[in-house]
Amino acid sequence: MKPRPAPPPGFEEQRHPALLRLAHWAMALAVLTLIFSGWRIYDSSPIFPFRIPEAITLGGGIQAQLAWHNDPGVATAIAWHFAAMWLLAGAYLTFLLYGVFSGHFRRDFLPLTPRSFLADFVAALRFRLGHKLGEYNAVQKLFYWGVIGLVALMLTSGIAIWKPVQTAPLVSLFGGFQGARLVHFLGMSGLFAFLLVHVALVLLVPRTLQSMILGRARMRIHSASGAKE
Amino acid sequence: MPIALPRRALSRTASIASLSLLTGCDFSDHGRVQAALARVSAWNDRVQAALFNPHKLAPTFAADRAVKDFRYNAWYGPDQAPALDAADYRLRLAGLIENKQPWTVAQLHALPQQSQVTRHVCVEGWSMIGEWSGTPLRVFLERIGADLTARYVGFECADGYYEGMDMASALHPQTIMAFRLSGEILPRKYGYPFKIRIPTKLGFKNPKFVTTIYVTNQQPRGFWTDRGYNWFSGI
Repeated sequence: MKPRPAPPPGFEEQRHPALLRLAHWAMALAVLTLIFSGWRIYDSSPIFPFRIPEAITLGGGIQAQLAWHNDPGVATAIAWHFAAMWLLAGAYLTFLLYGVFSGHFRRDFLPLTPRSFLADFVAALRFRLGHKLGEYNAVQKLFYWGVIGLVALMLTSGIAIWKPVQTAPLVSLFGGFQGARLVHFLGMSGLFAFLLVHVALVLLVPRTLQSMILGRARMRIHSASGAKE
Repeated sequence: MPIALPRRALSRTASIASLSLLTGCDFSDHGRVQAALARVSAWNDRVQAALFNPHKLAPTFAADRAVKDFRYNAWYGPDQAPALDAADYRLRLAGLIENKQPWTVAQLHALPQQSQVTRHVCVEGWSMIGEWSGTPLRVFLERIGADLTARYVGFECADGYYEGMDMASALHPQTIMAFRLSGEILPRKYGYPFKIRIPTKLGFKNPKFVTTIYVTNQQPRGFWTDRGYNWFSGI
């Protein structure tokens, strides 16, 4: 495990190496493309009694697509979906390998215990949870493990739907073809909820966006929670 | 640490997000975007051909799981479906085939037949289990002396539909010329006198009202493939 370079005294710091930033933004682009095109695909045969407004889905303008393809953009949405899946698979694999071999997962997402989660969760509900740049609290840690698991679930359930004959045992694991569709939709909902919270928290601490773009962000330590070390 | 909501940043991000969504609609309609997506789709064809296991059978189900009132699906209504008459129907053969003699319905029905209860998976996402019976396409292709080393088999249909598939998929043991649905002679709206039933591909790769079968080394076009769907569409 590589030691984390120490920030100057009086500062807290977050560093994101180039490979991690690249994987992060590639995953972000892929997930957004997959979600918005997935909504258009969902609309062609909804599994719940609702449709997603076409204006917020990816697949082209309905009229333009009808004129072009005689198809309301489902073909284009599928093309987006099956292009972005490669980007997600590649970026996710890069992220996993990086996370394991650089020590990023062990250093930043562990340890995580039910007790620490409960303590931080209660503190967060009372708006008493501090934020220290470059350090994750137990709620964040669980969130990141959760989203890592969710992407794995989306990739596997997606493969099951894409290749239900070639991967028949995987399909039965999801409770059949319809089960895999359901898991894929629910997984998307979880991923979308994560994105909303993730982006909201970034807006609360905009320096984290700076470090994810430029690789490094520093803040002067100015609170009791930040000065624990 | 005190938390102050940076409202300006929030609204700016929100407006950028909505702007990109709005333009995202038109973005897909650009010729260059469509061309790039088509290139990825062609690459996906090659990946799928490599993933396809010619010996792997599609799951089969108990006969009672087969839907009796199978979903009708076409871009026209069932009353507009072609009505082919057995008296003057002839299946035409073309391309890399030794014996191109046309076939009558009676001759087709005399071929060895088998049944399958498999899942039809539509590209839209719905799926339905049905029972189809007919002749393995492999048996027919061997009977007519088709060049089985050729790369593709193509189909032309009475409703203006056209499709094609790779030879490996055409020779798969579950790829059949289906003359019957749920034990009954294939009703008109489902593609009388026969449809190609291939449970290892998406529904739109199962052409109905087939009037011509041809064998070729040039990738046949497909009705929905010409409208942006992926060509191989294996499942």
